[in-house]
Amino acid sequence: MSHQPCAIVGIGQTKHKKRRDDVSLPGLVREAAQRALDDAEMTWTDIDAVVLGKAPDPFEGVMMPELSMADALGAAGKPLMRVHTAGSVGGSTAIVATHLIETGIHERVLTVAYEKQAEGNAQWGLAGGRSGGMGAGGIFAPWMRSYIQHSGAPEDIGWKVAVKDRQNALKNPYAHLQLKDISIEKVKESPMLWEPIHFLESCPSSDGACAMVLTNEAGAKKSPRPPAWVLATAMRSELGQFPGRDPVRPQAGVECSQMLYAAAGITNPRAQIDAAEIYVPFSWYEPMWLEGHDIAGPGEGWKMTDSGATALTGDFPVNPSGGVLSSNPIGASGMLRFAEAALQVRGAAGEHQVEGATVALGHAYGGAAQYFSMWIVGASLDAVAKHK
Amino acid sequence: MADIAIIGHAQSPSWRMADLTEPQFLLPVISEAIASANINRRDIGFTCAGSCDYLSGQTFAFVMNLEAVGAWPPITESHVEMDGAWALYEAWVRLQVGDIDTALVFGSGKSSPGNLSEVFPLQLDPYTLTPLGVDPVSMAALQARALLDAGLVTEQEMAQVAARSRRDAMHNPYAQVSGEFDPEKLLAEPYVTMPLRKHDLPPISDGACAVILATADKAREVCERPVWIRGIDHRIEAHQPGMRDLTQSSSTRLAGERAGVGNAPIDVAELCVSFSHEESVLRRALGLGDEVKINPSGGPLAGNPIMAVGLARIAEAARQVSDFGAHRAVAHASSGQALQQNLVCVLEGD
Repeated sequence: MSHQPCAIVGIGQTKHKKRRDDVSLPGLVREAAQRALDDAEMTWTDIDAVVLGKAPDPFEGVMMPELSMADALGAAGKPLMRVHTAGSVGGSTAIVATHLIETGIHERVLTVAYEKQAEGNAQWGLAGGRSGGMGAGGIFAPWMRSYIQHSGAPEDIGWKVAVKDRQNALKNPYAHLQLKDISIEKVKESPMLWEPIHFLESCPSSDGACAMVLTNEAGAKKSPRPPAWVLATAMRSELGQFPGRDPVRPQAGVECSQMLYAAAGITNPRAQIDAAEIYVPFSWYEPMWLEGHDIAGPGEGWKMTDSGATALTGDFPVNPSGGVLSSNPIGASGMLRFAEAALQVRGAAGEHQVEGATVALGHAYGGAAQYFSMWIVGASLDAVAKHK
Repeated sequence: MADIAIIGHAQSPSWRMADLTEPQFLLPVISEAIASANINRRDIGFTCAGSCDYLSGQTFAFVMNLEAVGAWPPITESHVEMDGAWALYEAWVRLQVGDIDTALVFGSGKSSPGNLSEVFPLQLDPYTLTPLGVDPVSMAALQARALLDAGLVTEQEMAQVAARSRRDAMHNPYAQVSGEFDPEKLLAEPYVTMPLRKHDLPPISDGACAVILATADKAREVCERPVWIRGIDHRIEAHQPGMRDLTQSSSTRLAGERAGVGNAPIDVAELCVSFSHEESVLRRALGLGDEVKINPSGGPLAGNPIMAVGLARIAEAARQVSDFGAHRAVAHASSGQALQQNLVCVLEGD
């Protein structure tokens, strides 16, 4: 079977907040989905199939919620899939939807991801539903310490990421955190949660959703606004614990990006990618993933942060939207990265637009840094080849 | 669509309460499926799993199941919070992309740890139905009542379905409930939830199923009797029971049409008949006449490992084609309550 191009022609997201008491669960997903349909100038009846993703059901206390959301998702009479791959789920969900277009099975697919964390206790959920859990930060902190030790990074790198992403979020009206007075001093003086992670170096807990409308080449021609093209996707997983595993630079992450770059024809990611939305729930994950995905060499990731290369105006902007550090509805966070990458190459990112972006990376990871999903999107199908 | 074949499968017995953890009982099932397909674990291009956190009673339960796959070196895999039949659908789609030639699919679940009449109301609309504590047996009873009132099924026919399923299950080593039962004696039993008696209900089961898929070239290379997926489709319908005609299954009918069930005669069908009256609904929705043998394995009434039970229907239907001379078989999986979401798959031998 020949592989048909897939385009993103509609993107929508909710305003992300600590608590969205104004909407029900179906209301939350519908807000994002309706915006994506409006962006694509489509209606619910135009959609052939729906792919929904979210992280664990016990976060909200609803088992397999796609069943009760079928009506709100306009899915009655249609195929509805529900993906769950831990924190990477938002990305994996989009990739599953991409395949439905690339194979020609469907012409227009709506993909949606959400989390309404204020309905439950996410910290409890992240501990596997057991009491006495360390939280995600407790799992990741030792790996960040290991990174710092091996790379020789100065301690202010984490603070710089925290400030940069929150400043970017001020340019994104959908972002949860709007910290106008964020500063290195404030980050440094915020309470220590998990050494080396201060409170302000951690993601918030958010209610929010993200949606995209995907279509084929013929559908993209009818798109009222410029489409983003899916140039490559990749997913990779490994076991979370075993002797000899490198959790700081997990092999699954290395392979995922290698597969991705090869499929997209990217040989020099730092030079050929204009904007990156990378899943950074804790500040130190910016340099760790820059190295973990071969954007920077070993021990060089923190230098990109330090030099300002990852700032909105830098040569490799990371998380122009404010990223996970500014909004974290867990199930949606991966799709938000994918969608924000697509907004960049469509030139539709508003105030946080990276000027002239034509190739962008969307990235998500989950579990014990063991699940990876990534995509490269372009302003055209030959965006990588045309890239200067 | 490209031809994709089932080239191997395996399942665990349905246990009332497995002594093993889910990864523990998955490991031999996955290994057996891979061995039966005559392929190497390392050659698998894509892995997709179906399971449910709420059955296990913990978040990220599926992460542990990776241990049974052996995800080192890293693999390309995904997971649906759905029955393994939908994992098979995702893998079938993935194989259509054309860059890989084999996929491992599995579904697994332990229903035994929790109280299902407390767990399953959480699967309904959280604002209007969950607070009522509507459990699957109550929903099924509503559906059975609608069918009885419409004259589409009788309690005798329901008992006959149960007796036939249990009798057929005597030849199924994986079955949990089997034996000779006189329908008249079954009808003398008290109601559990009117109009359902115990025999109308599925057992509570733990278990797993795994299936190996391959592209046509790969299937020809490694498999003597590949079973071809000629059509596969799945559909959902409205959630609120009041919005649906419970005597019909519009989503099954649509999926069946899209999968091409009616394009040629069907020899045998493995249907996700979790409650005896559902057989009547599904037969009508799929247009299966009396000549079509239903659930030679005994079906979910004989063993009901939720999240694996739909995938097991596909494996059992494939077995009918590869080992028992059926040419064309239908497999059906269901999700949600009172048949809200349905998947239909048409299988053929060479």
